[in-house]
Amino acid sequence: MIEIRDLHKSFNKNKVLKGITFNIIRGESAVIIGRSGTGKSVLLKCILGLINADEGNVILNGEELYNKKMSYISQKKTKIGMLFQGSALFDSLKIWQNVSFYDSRKGIKKKICYKKAIENLNKVGLDEKVANLFPSELSGGMQKRVALARAISIEPEVLFFDEPTTGLDPISADVINRLILERVKDIGATAITITHDMASARVIADKIYMIHEGRIIWSGDIGSMEESSNKYVNQFINGKSLGPITLDKN
Amino acid sequence: MNILSNIGKVITVFLEETGKFSFFLMRTLRALTGRWYFKNIFQQILFIGYYSLPVVALTSFFTGGALALQIYYGGNQFNSESIVSSIVALGITRELGPVLGGIVVAGRVSAAIAAEIGTMRVTEQIDALKSLSTDPYEYLVLPRVIAGIITLPLLIFFADIIGIMGGWFIATQSLDFNGDVYLQNTESFLEISDITSGLIKASIFGLIITLMGCYNGFYSSGGAQGVGSATTNAVVSSSILILASNYIMTTLFFAA
Ligand SMILES: Nc1ncnc2c1ncn2[C@@H]1O[C@H](COP(=O)(O)OP(=O)(O)O)[C@@H](O)[C@H]1O
Ligand SMILES: [Mg+2]
Repeated sequence: MIEIRDLHKSFNKNKVLKGITFNIIRGESAVIIGRSGTGKSVLLKCILGLINADEGNVILNGEELYNKKMSYISQKKTKIGMLFQGSALFDSLKIWQNVSFYDSRKGIKKKICYKKAIENLNKVGLDEKVANLFPSELSGGMQKRVALARAISIEPEVLFFDEPTTGLDPISADVINRLILERVKDIGATAITITHDMASARVIADKIYMIHEGRIIWSGDIGSMEESSNKYVNQFINGKSLGPITLDKN
Repeated sequence: MNILSNIGKVITVFLEETGKFSFFLMRTLRALTGRWYFKNIFQQILFIGYYSLPVVALTSFFTGGALALQIYYGGNQFNSESIVSSIVALGITRELGPVLGGIVVAGRVSAAIAAEIGTMRVTEQIDALKSLSTDPYEYLVLPRVIAGIITLPLLIFFADIIGIMGGWFIATQSLDFNGDVYLQNTESFLEISDITSGLIKASIFGLIITLMGCYNGFYSSGGAQGVGSATTNAVVSSSILILASNYIMTTLFFAA
């Protein structure tokens, strides 16, 4: 269970998060939608501790992630796996070394690391042939899959996906969607996915949250999203430039 | 009004930068008590040392040669055999070897480190490290800094030898000095402390070069352009710091 309580974050004068509050129950696949630049990535990074929030707190399985002085706790009990927007594979390491990075830090033998890496690559539909290549030798879609394999290699209870299908062709996107769904159902993980891709949201979401100007302005399941009379939601899912969401805000 | 606000801005930027750097330094020092990635240290020693060797050797050889000529032309040509060899030896080991070697390595290594770590920053690889429970100060920064501190003295020791050989080469080839006498003069004049003082300097330069590379890379932002300016800043700041710290160390070591 993830409880996000009144989270605030600004960069100098740029107020990005202005009090985000919502709860995600265990095993749920939540999707966050919203225009680019509205702070979706910042939100995930505040939960992960990659960016320090200014105010508020995150409670992950009962554990407060920020202490009283608003610094992120150094060792949290629940592991979170993250698929970054640009894959963020280590480009100096081979594919299998990327996937087994976490295991190799724990002093697990190279042979076993390699074997586990291949297993994880198989889970995302890649075979051993890519293991000895470098990230730059793979296509964008394959890199995303490797990044997914790396994220699940830490056996996380919580998974974050930051725009997993952006920039992919519809078929690769579908592959990624299925993998996410499968992983979530498989390991019973709780997932938060950021996406602009409504087709993807329809496939993977149990619940959808819409973020606009640093606040959650709407939430509900897929069905209620399609029928929603909320003007923001309508404009977003139908991809209209006319509506309450205007471009000049950034 | 305008001047005041500009001064204010400069002071703010300076304080901000100092604060950021202190934080960076503190985290790097704290990494000493964390996990040591010996493999990374070894890789960096290879990268800094092995691949810098040719340029450092060339720089040092020609500097030794040019120094020999200048001392010969500019100095009193009576008694020049012992003067040339001794001043070349001193000049190379105490000052020119470490400083020029340091600056050449700064141009190469500091830039490369800033570019690599900067790219890792803007492509979120540093965030990815953290998400895999790996401290980037332990994994990226400390191994480079330690490798710099270890490798620079080794490089400069080579540079010293090659610089002296450069002087010897010019002295014997174009000044018609006796080679054996030249080397004997060098040996009898040079003291261990001349060499060690240069190597201590080199160690500090190694610290500066790697620290500036890591720091600028670590805080780069804004894509390829940001990485570009991080690289430039790394080279400029490490070169200036090398020259300034060299002056301070020379005062400390030799002004007694
Ligand atoms: N590290 C940072 N430093 C300064 N500003 C940032 C940083 N990260 C994000 N921002 C700003 O926060 C806002 C939201 O960014 P982001 O969360 O990446 O948007 P998105 O919703 O598209 O993921 C943007 O205006 C961006 O410029
Ligand atoms: Mg984003």
